[in-house]
Amino acid sequence: MLSADFVIATAIGYVCLLFVLAYIGDRRARINQRSWLHSPAVYTLSISVYCTSWTFYGAVGNAARSGLEFLTIYLGPTIVFVGWYFLLRRLVRIGHLYRITSVADLLSSRFGKSSRLGVLVTCIAVIGIAPYIALQLKAVTSSIQAVAGSSEFGQGSLRGIDDVGLALGVAAGMALFTILFGTRHVDAKEQHHGVVAAIAFEAVVKLAALVAVGIFVLYIGGGFEGIFSQAAARGVVVDTSASFDSRWITTLVLSIAAIVCLPRQFQVTVVENSNENHLRVAGWAFPAYMFLMSIFILPIAIYGLTVMPADANPDMFALTLPLAAGQNGLALFAFIGGFSSATSMIILESIALSIMVSNHIIMPLVLRFSRPQFGEGQGMSRTLLVARRFSIMLILSLGFFYFFFTRDSNALAPIGLISFTAIAQFFPALLAAIFWREASLKAVTAAILAGFVTWAWCCFLPSFESVSPAVSQLLAEGPGGISWLRPEAMFGLDGWDPLAHAAFWSLSVNVLTLTLGSLLTTPSALERIQAAAFVDVFKRPSLALRGVAPGSATATDLYFVAERVLGERRAAALFEVAARERGVDPVLLEPTPEFVGRLERELAGSIGAASAHVMLSKVVAGADVSLEEMMQMADETQQAIEYSQELERTSAELRMTAQKLEDANQQLRQLDSQKDEFLSQVSHEVRTPMTSIRSFSEILLDGDQLDDTQRQRFVSTIHQESLRLTKLLDEILDLSALERGEKNWTSQAVDADAALDRAISVCDALLRQKFIRLDHGQRAGRTMIEGDPDRLCQVFINLISNAVKYNTSSNPVVRISSALRAGNFVAEVADNGPGIAKGERKLIFEKFSRGRRGAADQTGAGLGLAISRQIVNRMNGTLDLAPSTLPGACFRVRLPVIRG
Amino acid sequence: MAIDILIAEDEPSILESLDFILRRAGWSISSVTDGDAVLDVVRRLRPRMLVLDVMLPKRSGFDILKHLRADADTANLPVLILTAKGQQQDRRTAEELGANGFVTKPYSNAEVVGAVRSLLGEDARPA
Repeated sequence: MLSADFVIATAIGYVCLLFVLAYIGDRRARINQRSWLHSPAVYTLSISVYCTSWTFYGAVGNAARSGLEFLTIYLGPTIVFVGWYFLLRRLVRIGHLYRITSVADLLSSRFGKSSRLGVLVTCIAVIGIAPYIALQLKAVTSSIQAVAGSSEFGQGSLRGIDDVGLALGVAAGMALFTILFGTRHVDAKEQHHGVVAAIAFEAVVKLAALVAVGIFVLYIGGGFEGIFSQAAARGVVVDTSASFDSRWITTLVLSIAAIVCLPRQFQVTVVENSNENHLRVAGWAFPAYMFLMSIFILPIAIYGLTVMPADANPDMFALTLPLAAGQNGLALFAFIGGFSSATSMIILESIALSIMVSNHIIMPLVLRFSRPQFGEGQGMSRTLLVARRFSIMLILSLGFFYFFFTRDSNALAPIGLISFTAIAQFFPALLAAIFWREASLKAVTAAILAGFVTWAWCCFLPSFESVSPAVSQLLAEGPGGISWLRPEAMFGLDGWDPLAHAAFWSLSVNVLTLTLGSLLTTPSALERIQAAAFVDVFKRPSLALRGVAPGSATATDLYFVAERVLGERRAAALFEVAARERGVDPVLLEPTPEFVGRLERELAGSIGAASAHVMLSKVVAGADVSLEEMMQMADETQQAIEYSQELERTSAELRMTAQKLEDANQQLRQLDSQKDEFLSQVSHEVRTPMTSIRSFSEILLDGDQLDDTQRQRFVSTIHQESLRLTKLLDEILDLSALERGEKNWTSQAVDADAALDRAISVCDALLRQKFIRLDHGQRAGRTMIEGDPDRLCQVFINLISNAVKYNTSSNPVVRISSALRAGNFVAEVADNGPGIAKGERKLIFEKFSRGRRGAADQTGAGLGLAISRQIVNRMNGTLDLAPSTLPGACFRVRLPVIRG
Repeated sequence: MAIDILIAEDEPSILESLDFILRRAGWSISSVTDGDAVLDVVRRLRPRMLVLDVMLPKRSGFDILKHLRADADTANLPVLILTAKGQQQDRRTAEELGANGFVTKPYSNAEVVGAVRSLLGEDARPA
């Protein structure tokens, strides 16, 4: 025996693990669309949520009681997955195309988007599933009691708590966990990747647990043969003849219907499907999974019957056999396996049901009474989450109450079949929905209702026989003594197995009503459009997507809508084209379904599919706005908001780019005008010496009245002006080479102070010639900078000769000094000339801007300082004016030192 | 002492060549090398005409022309504009401001002499 506290703690720990798994799965699925969460393996494992604790515990009990009958529960799904692949593929395609969220949604949208049918299907599902939920609660409760036993030690904190209290606790815990699991947020596609990941994990756990118990039983029982011979020796008889009776066929049919119509199966197979091709893998892998699940059932059952006491509950053999052998660890593992089967079923089933309840019942009510504004996407999804949580609590409460009223029945399997029969009522409608064009809303509604009522009478009601004397009296005598209405012997059909009886009558009534009703009624236009869309999903997938039936709308009504959305020109063009195709005047255009469909698609391109549908629905009389559409509209409004924000961002970027372009243009224009200015300056500077040359040449050519002195003087002027012209052209070329980034520029370590000395010695003759005193200031001494030595010398020569040229002082002085300041070599050339006028201090470094000359003999083109500054800049230094101790100008060169 | 022509030109060699060719043509010449001085000298010497360079230090030729035309005394003084820029824009500006002649550097001596002669209203005559 294990301690109940320990078992419960293990279970809670396990659920926490699941929660972590689901959380991680959710995040991974969000981040990476291609993660393993979207693999066919996970998809297949999630489908195996079909195997609940009914399979885990109940199948063993079923095998012990009724032999091979339990196999039918696996046979049905195998037939569907292997043989009816086309059916599943069609469902999945339809689910993807029309964003189907549940069975109720599928049926309601197929049959003219009927909200009433949605409500009906939802109600039946919730009531019909209640026994199934109860089954899980019962299984978990029984299994906890089985492992804990009845000893004082084992009871732990469970002492004094009966199975009802325990089941209530389990139900509450399950509700809490399901709410935490499945309703953390609303996904537009109703996909729960995290939950699916957890379910897939549980599938592995329960399979491993059952296989482990099976192998254990084979081991201690001496293999298949040993088990069978022991059983024979003890006189244990299990009916393995597989009698092919009505019950066999019934459970087979029910399980076929269940694997398609059970809300949780529809959820995992259709809604959670992320890729149609995953069905191919599931087509063989899911039957294989079920095979592994079922292979050990019979040995466990037989061995249990052989070795366990006669009053032992065969449903719990998977737990009690290891316990009896003292294998507590294996028993705990088996318990977790069974617990897995129960939790995965409850979580997924209640999520699927809560989606149906909230989408088809609660939200329409909320919408009807609160009239929310479109665009309140946030508020809407919060309301939806609250609705889902409420639904989950409702569903588990129903399950609990069913458990409470029927707790005296021991077997698990029959309870599950009650649910199967209820859910099977959707199957004819579902088949008709996707295969039979003529099936009509009225017929389907009537058929489901009739089938449900029959089920409630023949199947659901009798399950309360043991708790209610009135029910047992009803069963025995019929209502008011009408014996042919006895729930288990309708119309004198006595002596049948109750399940087969209930299934036969309910499904017969269902199918008959559906067939006759459809043949007798005419489907509405919207139904016909939806019928074509669903039945011909593979032929014309684009057909009438959410189309609106034309109804009583006139072309004029439609035109007004189109004009409002598309604008006059496009609307008129659309109508004219349609009219021309039919050869009629646009005013007389008949709004055919095709035309309305085309118009809706055009509108959808502008305002989104749902809004387009709603808009046209308002024009076309009758059609209501369904919740699903409201949701989608909110969704699309959100998208529209995001899109417009994106647009705003993009246009802001565009504005910035345009501004940059504008700036660049401005700069280019400026450069262009600078270039014009430069050319004009060059032209001026070239024309000036040319003028003298030409004029004096002409004078000389005239040849008369010139004395030798004059002639000599004119020739010398011509010569000087040609030199000036040459120098000018050299400087222009030099400057342009510097600005372009000259090629033969050497960059090396240079002693800057030595370059200054060299410049001084070059200018020595000039200084002497002009009688200018050279004032030696402080010197930095050997200082290395990086640059071109000749160019640096050129800069200093230029500065010194400027100081000479522009110095008009009667006692002219030029002072040259250098120093090391803050890692820089700083050289200054100062003079006591007139200085630079304030307004010209910036200009003098520009091309062709001589300081307004005082000396008439200066012959520079005004490029010297511009060239010098370019050179210094290339050495990463600066050339500018500095405050001077002398009255004139002071030019300062600053260059970064590379090493002392 | 009235003179025939006042030359306002800052380039020494150009001034020398103008001085030479105009004197050789028989006119009396006076000259000025910066813009500020021009107006004063015109008022003082009252030349018969002015040869005016556009790019003068301190004050541009166009500015001087504007002032001459604004003053009733000198509004009718014939002015020959000299420019080294040779652009259409300069010629147009000169005309708008009321220049009587326009010669682009480098000029031929005959061109300058011819222009001066026509502005002085003298017929072609042997020098």
